[in-house]
Amino acid sequence: MTRGATAPPARALAGDATEADRATVARRTSVYVYEVPVRLWHWINAAAIIVLCVTGYLIGSPPPTMIIAEATHQFVFGYIRFAHFAAAMIMTVGFFGRIYWAFVGNHHSKQMFMLPVWKRSWWAEVWHEVKWYAFLERTPKKYVGHNPLAQIAMFFFMTVGMTFMIVTGFALYAEGAGAGTVLHTIAAPFLAWIGNSQVLHSIHHLGMWFIVIFMMIHIYAAIREDIMSRQSMVSTMISGTRTFKDDRPD
Amino acid sequence: MDQIETFYDVMRRQGITRRSFMKYCSLTAAALGLGPSFVPKIAHAMETKPRTPVIWVHGLECTCCSESFIRSAHPLAKDVVLSMISLDYDDTLMAAAGHAAEAAMADTIERYKGEYILAVEGNPPLAEDGMFCITGGKPFVEKLRYAAKDAKAIISWGACASYGCVQAAKPNPTQATPVHKVITDKPIIKVPGCPPIAEVMTGVITYMLTFDRMPELDRQGRPKMFYSQRIHDKCYRRPHFDAGQFVESWDDDNARKGYCLYKMGCKGPTTYNACSTVRWNEGVSFPIQSGHGCIGCSEDGFWDHGSFYDRVTDLTQFGVEANADKVGFAAAGVVGGGIALHAAVSALKSAQVKSQSKPTVQNEEA
Ligand code: HEM
Ligand code: SF4
Ligand code: SF4
Repeated sequence: MTRGATAPPARALAGDATEADRATVARRTSVYVYEVPVRLWHWINAAAIIVLCVTGYLIGSPPPTMIIAEATHQFVFGYIRFAHFAAAMIMTVGFFGRIYWAFVGNHHSKQMFMLPVWKRSWWAEVWHEVKWYAFLERTPKKYVGHNPLAQIAMFFFMTVGMTFMIVTGFALYAEGAGAGTVLHTIAAPFLAWIGNSQVLHSIHHLGMWFIVIFMMIHIYAAIREDIMSRQSMVSTMISGTRTFKDDRPD
Repeated sequence: MDQIETFYDVMRRQGITRRSFMKYCSLTAAALGLGPSFVPKIAHAMETKPRTPVIWVHGLECTCCSESFIRSAHPLAKDVVLSMISLDYDDTLMAAAGHAAEAAMADTIERYKGEYILAVEGNPPLAEDGMFCITGGKPFVEKLRYAAKDAKAIISWGACASYGCVQAAKPNPTQATPVHKVITDKPIIKVPGCPPIAEVMTGVITYMLTFDRMPELDRQGRPKMFYSQRIHDKCYRRPHFDAGQFVESWDDDNARKGYCLYKMGCKGPTTYNACSTVRWNEGVSFPIQSGHGCIGCSEDGFWDHGSFYDRVTDLTQFGVEANADKVGFAAAGVVGGGIALHAAVSALKSAQVKSQSKPTVQNEEA
């Protein structure tokens, strides 16, 4: 029990805290970056995308025929498609909500939608980050939000990629809804521009792999950064706070 | 210019009775999806309106559209429409031949300037100044331009005229080109299919002859009444699709039970046509009913979209002989390998850094 008189009561630590711990915590090396809507969106979106990828793949290559009942009473493929469409609606509504939050949320909530390509300093940081990933740089920089490389990935895979999947997906959905529906009326110019709908299926399908590849890189980079960088990653998307492992200012 | 006969005059001259004529009118109304109240309207139009002349030209094609047309299920419609068309010009069906035939075309164009309908079967090849298709001693593209100049509207029969079809498939050596890319200043109705369904053809032409206007078209220029639904939307095997009951290989038990042909590459989900409702050969059957998937014959570039027997097709239209899954899986494999390698190097590097900086770390913790 070494309750120091200098420590403010709000920072009171449990009995096992050492002087060093106290010194570290006193410097307050955590920042609140991801607000609740951003974190909520992240995990709902992740779940929706996993459902979309699994069911989407099955829509292209259906599971083996099941004969449980007469066709009238069996709806296996129908449920797979329903899950795809339901997850699609959740993802789309979430995406719009996320765009809304970019307007009202904090600075970091805007990063996914906008690359500051006009800033020289940003490009310098991109280059630094590329070198860090190429093992040419010994120490990574500290970032409160996304590092610039992650920001580029977010922008192209999520903002652009998801927009692509939503546009092509809803165009496919409009075909099912049929001519005369509001959705089809909206999608009609796009469908006519595409021409043969088989192309639409193919590019929507390719889009899935684009997103799968992003997920692989994203998860790897998040875990690696969590271990090797100077800040927290995975837990930040759970708690919202970014913690730093050192207090060097650079 | 002599007085143009009415449709009714022509029919009576062809020996068609009034009774048959009324039957034809109700049949037409039914074929076009119109209510019985339209029957007297059609009859009135046919009795009073001068008939619309039709010129029917043939470019690079196999004549399957004509073959389909003359097999229309409603013989009356076929006979009437055919006899009216053959009055003007159709180099395949008309009695005249050679110079007499070409003179008939020139005569029709001269007499009915701006009033006739030009029906085009096949398409013009543009390479080598159009030398790959010569009709009447001239490249077809010239004849097409000549006939189109004074036409009121153009009907593009079949996949050839509408989209190019097999002769326009990659690499398209003769540069076969669909009609709307050659004639750009006339209203064009696309009636795609290889061939189009006979009843669809007679339906479209009867509509235009009787109502003297174009049927309502979709954004690709196809008549909405026949092309606004996919084969898949009205396919009688659809319950098996929703159930997840598929033909897994030709001649398996599921094929005998008539399950869905999705896994056998059926293009019903991407093909707009009336086959699953109107059917073929007097409504007897259609490809899916006969146990084979739809090959998407009424869609743009259907030869260039991979195999007829794959559902997830090769991306041949992008010059890739692999489908989205193969491309994606390979890319994911490469990225996965890259990640594994990167992770290994990262682990090595950080181990190195740790062992080098051990003293300072201990100092900090001390
Ligand atoms: C991350 C997002 C998404 C992924 C990974 C995904 C994946 C897929 C895949 C792989 C297919 C099969 C394509 C084929 O080969 O025929 C598919 C089909 C489809 N997707 Fe998506 N999709 C996504 C988002 C969406 C969205 C937002 C919608 C909008 C409603 C949507 C609607 C559809 C529809 C209607 C089909 C066709 C279903 C059918 O033909 O029965 N998808 N999707
Ligand atoms: S057979 Fe073809 S058109 Fe019919 S339900 Fe199956 S996929 Fe659709
Ligand atoms: S079922 Fe498909 S391939 Fe067959 S005729 Fe109809 S549209 Fe063409």
